[in-house]
Amino acid sequence: MIIEIGHFALVLALVLALAQATLPLIGAQRGIRAWMALAKPAALGQFAFLLIAYGALIHAFVVADFSVLVVYQHAHSQTPLIYKIAAAWGQHEGSLLLWVLILSFFGALVAFFGDNLPPRLKARALAVQAMIGSAFILFALFTSNPFARLSPAPLEGQELNPLLQDPGLAFHPPMLYIGYVGFSMAFSFAVAALIEGKIDAAWARWVRPWTLLSWVCLTGGIALGARWAYYELGWGGWWFWDPVENASFMPWLMGTALLHSAIVVEKRDALKAWTLLLAILTFGFSLLGTFLVRSGVITSVHAFAQDPARGLFILGILALALGGSLTLFAWRAPTLKAGGLFAPVSREGALMLNNLLLATATATVLLGTLYPLALDILGGGSVSVGTPYYTATFVPLAMPLIALAGIGPLLGWKRGDLKGALHRLWLAGGFAIAAMGVALWIDFGKQALAAAGIGLGAWMLAATFTEWAERIRLFRIGLGASLRRAVHLPRAAYGMSLAHAGLAVAIIGITASSAWKSEEVRQMKPNDSLTIGSFSYVLQGVTPARGENYIAERAHFKVMKDGAFYTDLYPERRQYMVQPMPTTEAAIESHLIGDLYAVVGEGDGKGAWTVRIYEEPLVPWIWSGCLLMVLGGIVSLSDRRYRVGAPSRSHVAQALPAAGE
Amino acid sequence: MKRKTLRLYLVLISLGLLGTATALVLNAFDRELVFFFSPSEIAAEQPAPGRIIRLGGLVETGSVTKLGDGATFSFRITDLKASTSIAYRGVLPDLFREGQGVVVQGTFNESGNFVASEVLAKHDENYLPPEVAKALKASGRWQEGAGTAASPAIVPGASSDTGGEGNSP
Amino acid sequence: MRRLFFILPLLCLAALVVLFWRGLDPARDPSSLPSVLIGKKIAAVNLPGLGARPGINTAEFAGDVTVLNFFASWCAPCRAEHPLIQELAAMPGVRVVGITFKDVPVDSEKYLAELGDPYAAIGVDETGRAGMEFGLTGVPETYVIDRDGIIRYRLAQPLDPGRLKDELTPLLLDLTQ
Repeated sequence: MIIEIGHFALVLALVLALAQATLPLIGAQRGIRAWMALAKPAALGQFAFLLIAYGALIHAFVVADFSVLVVYQHAHSQTPLIYKIAAAWGQHEGSLLLWVLILSFFGALVAFFGDNLPPRLKARALAVQAMIGSAFILFALFTSNPFARLSPAPLEGQELNPLLQDPGLAFHPPMLYIGYVGFSMAFSFAVAALIEGKIDAAWARWVRPWTLLSWVCLTGGIALGARWAYYELGWGGWWFWDPVENASFMPWLMGTALLHSAIVVEKRDALKAWTLLLAILTFGFSLLGTFLVRSGVITSVHAFAQDPARGLFILGILALALGGSLTLFAWRAPTLKAGGLFAPVSREGALMLNNLLLATATATVLLGTLYPLALDILGGGSVSVGTPYYTATFVPLAMPLIALAGIGPLLGWKRGDLKGALHRLWLAGGFAIAAMGVALWIDFGKQALAAAGIGLGAWMLAATFTEWAERIRLFRIGLGASLRRAVHLPRAAYGMSLAHAGLAVAIIGITASSAWKSEEVRQMKPNDSLTIGSFSYVLQGVTPARGENYIAERAHFKVMKDGAFYTDLYPERRQYMVQPMPTTEAAIESHLIGDLYAVVGEGDGKGAWTVRIYEEPLVPWIWSGCLLMVLGGIVSLSDRRYRVGAPSRSHVAQALPAAGE
Repeated sequence: MKRKTLRLYLVLISLGLLGTATALVLNAFDRELVFFFSPSEIAAEQPAPGRIIRLGGLVETGSVTKLGDGATFSFRITDLKASTSIAYRGVLPDLFREGQGVVVQGTFNESGNFVASEVLAKHDENYLPPEVAKALKASGRWQEGAGTAASPAIVPGASSDTGGEGNSP
Repeated sequence: MRRLFFILPLLCLAALVVLFWRGLDPARDPSSLPSVLIGKKIAAVNLPGLGARPGINTAEFAGDVTVLNFFASWCAPCRAEHPLIQELAAMPGVRVVGITFKDVPVDSEKYLAELGDPYAAIGVDETGRAGMEFGLTGVPETYVIDRDGIIRYRLAQPLDPGRLKDELTPLLLDLTQ
């Protein structure tokens, strides 16, 4: 019964979405206020119905209702509760429903908080959002109905893929989707602005919070996914430039560019057409990612079940959404009023260069992702594009970007003083060179690229700190006065500093772990010892262990450092009971400058096991860096200037009575 | 600063970047692409030593042996027409099995032995990597119908009636 | 000239869409490989039986509508599709036979003892040679062979209720008429 309610709610949401996609649009064109006003209740209602639908699906998973096809396929009565819930988005149908839910969530947020947006812009943006929503609800209903029944109902279900039974991964898809899908809001606003034929600073301010929120979640989602790959796949790596990983990375790159270019629109009323294009393309890359993951044109460890019919449907949505918006762009963008002028060396110029570099870098990733497909279709044979390709293309483009990120914030708007900025950065430069020297000394200059990476990370970190110190005039005025300045600095400034510092830390981590990771594989018997770096691992033994729905072989390593006990590690090799599939659980112990990482493989039946030990330098820095970026985004999001619905001063006071600033 | 000058700067920077990116990509495509080979193709012409390639097929039954150090494996990959022997030091993927499809990445060393740096098996037992499926089809053995079915399977140089896949129902 | 810049993204999109559209061509997808075997006579395969069960000799298939299912005890999806194979075995006029693919007979026996044995005959293909005759891409795989020994259907993935209802059942009803 509940399932039928869910199904029915989905249909109702479709009806509302269709109404929301058409009436407000016509209303905005003809100036019919009542029709424009329809967008708000429709958007809220659509979200409410989708919430009911999703609740029904989760309920079916929680009570393990095997008469529902997707539940039967992905849940087992023995599965722990959290993974039953996670299974609700661990498969194509359910995750698609989540996709639609998040889409409508953003629509509802704009409808709810956007009372002081210009009514036309709001009506149009919500209508565009509902168009995307309708298309995806139709997609769900026609090709991937999560509420399909199974008759007669089986007594027991299958199980969520054991690899996906992991707390990190349980929350990875929702985070990722909020990021992915949230960019739809920027897209809708861009299309609305194109219909309107007008884009100004206010537009940029309205779009920014949504973009920022999406970016924060996408950053978190990507980091969670990388972390999952790191400890669950047992290969000691965290990023494989796999097509599906790239599918989430490309919107991130474009979204980052959009965040930066929107600043220029807001502050200087320049780069308007470019920003609109970025808003369209960012969501375009989200759609592209959805297509790649769900259509089966590209195979990957993460891809959902392959079904060309579904692929065709998403391709249709992609072609319509992007074709329509880009046509509109080609038609309307040239007529936009030209924006403010600036010198090449200026904050705007730096942000423009940042955008160009990001766009070019994204293009190389796109090319690497699609090249095997293109070659295959054109009959050129099978190739794969791996890490070396990206090291040779993406990295050289990212390096100037990092260098620039250190200087840019110190340049003035309109006309910047490059010499002055560099002069203020001499300390940061010295720090970077010192870091580079240390990196070179570590491996006697064998890896120049790694040293450059470390140097750049250090440069960005120090430059970001310098910029903050400059803002509060540290050591130039009294400490108390500096502190007062620090307190009154806008949160957006702190957001930028945190996010930039986070990126710098992550880059240092990424560089070090790619360059200086070491690995040792050996067959070990109990009491054998293996030394890697300054740690030696002594295998104590391998014992059977049991979890809620799996049995495992658990190895016990005693790790010694300089002859003294350091820690215990317990890697496992699990065998899940419902899907008899072995999985590897790496044992990881983090310390400040790296991870100890141990994996146990198959035993030979004669009392020896194959084990793999990694030394992973600075990997924790990657996660901390990502966390800092997320934090930066959140802090910036809380800046009063970007608070939802702050376009006019009179409203700010009413909307935020409890802001306390 | 005039609008025209600004635009000129922008176009110049964009073109410069585009040129750099194109050069980087072409260079990378030239050196870093990993081509896929089937054992038959290897038998016909062995790629240059040191070049990273991927090699795929089925793991030949009974060919997997563990060498003395306990962590090095040797096995053969076959496309049912030819087979290539592989040496791999490391832990084999959880789902590595004889008779199943597998893709390995690595290089031929100077003495003509393939040393794998990675063994890729998908996390699904019912899976044949698409490249492998294609290579098997190309090797001819894949589409053996009733007629030529009698020849033993793992013999190099059996009949090879390659053809398209056009006769779908 | 200036307009061209604004049309450029649209052109790139068009190229991409064409690329993807061709990429979706089902002929590219190995899991839906329509099998060149369809419409051809079944390969001559003669396998010893599992335990005391009768073995498989494809020459004897003529006269019956046969469902041939490749499975193995080490294969998880086989376990998943097993109830559906049992449903198939219950259909009147349909003979369901199995081939254990690269499986140790003792394990196969355990698997069947646990899940039930719907098969009228089971051939043991320990070397995987019979699988090669069929161009097996993995297990499970299911074939339908008509009374004349012609292969009419092939499924290179686990059977699911949808396919059972929409594809297999109508075909089998048709063949057993």
